Amino acid sequence: MTPELKAKIDNLLSENKVLVFMKGSKLMPQCGFSNNVVQILNTLGVPYETVDVLEDYEIRQGIKEYSNWPTIPQIYINGEFVGGSDIAIELYQSGELQQMVEVALAS
Amino acid sequence: MISPQEVETMIQSKLPEAKVQVAGDGQHFEAVIVSAEFEGKSRVKQHQLVYSALTEAMASDIIHAIALKTYTPQDWQSANRV
Repeated sequence: MTPELKAKIDNLLSENKVLVFMKGSKLMPQCGFSNNVVQILNTLGVPYETVDVLEDYEIRQGIKEYSNWPTIPQIYINGEFVGGSDIAIELYQSGELQQMVEVALAS
Repeated sequence: MISPQEVETMIQSKLPEAKVQVAGDGQHFEAVIVSAEFEGKSRVKQHQLVYSALTEAMASDIIHAIALKTYTPQDWQSANRV
């Protein structure tokens, strides 16, 4: 990964406490797994931002390397990689996701 | 197309002592993996370990998506105790 791309991702993460790299947008997710994550965060009712990887090929490939995670969507909370759709569902069901988001937003 | 068996073999090449079960339609898969290697690791770390066995297949989109359920032998026992 180029230093420029790494800096671009670092910067996105430092500016957004809850950030989702996904296919499509909040309003029009283009993949069922991305949609799962959007629905969960909407249900929690917390502020979050999204990056549409379909609009940026560099980020689409780069984020996989950055996270050491081969699939989209990817959720970051407070700059830390939390997981993809499966882990988001598990963390949501156990109540941990809400807790993590609240801690991040309060910091 | 790739068979669930082949995916199992890939995962086992990385985690030889693991119990692995894979189901799928040739592109989308579900895998259950029980391994002592997962002990003391976060769920993200556990999944990263499994993905490391599948890097090429996923990068080339031979495997489009795989839902992972990872358990330590102990977690597996308690998850299946009713």
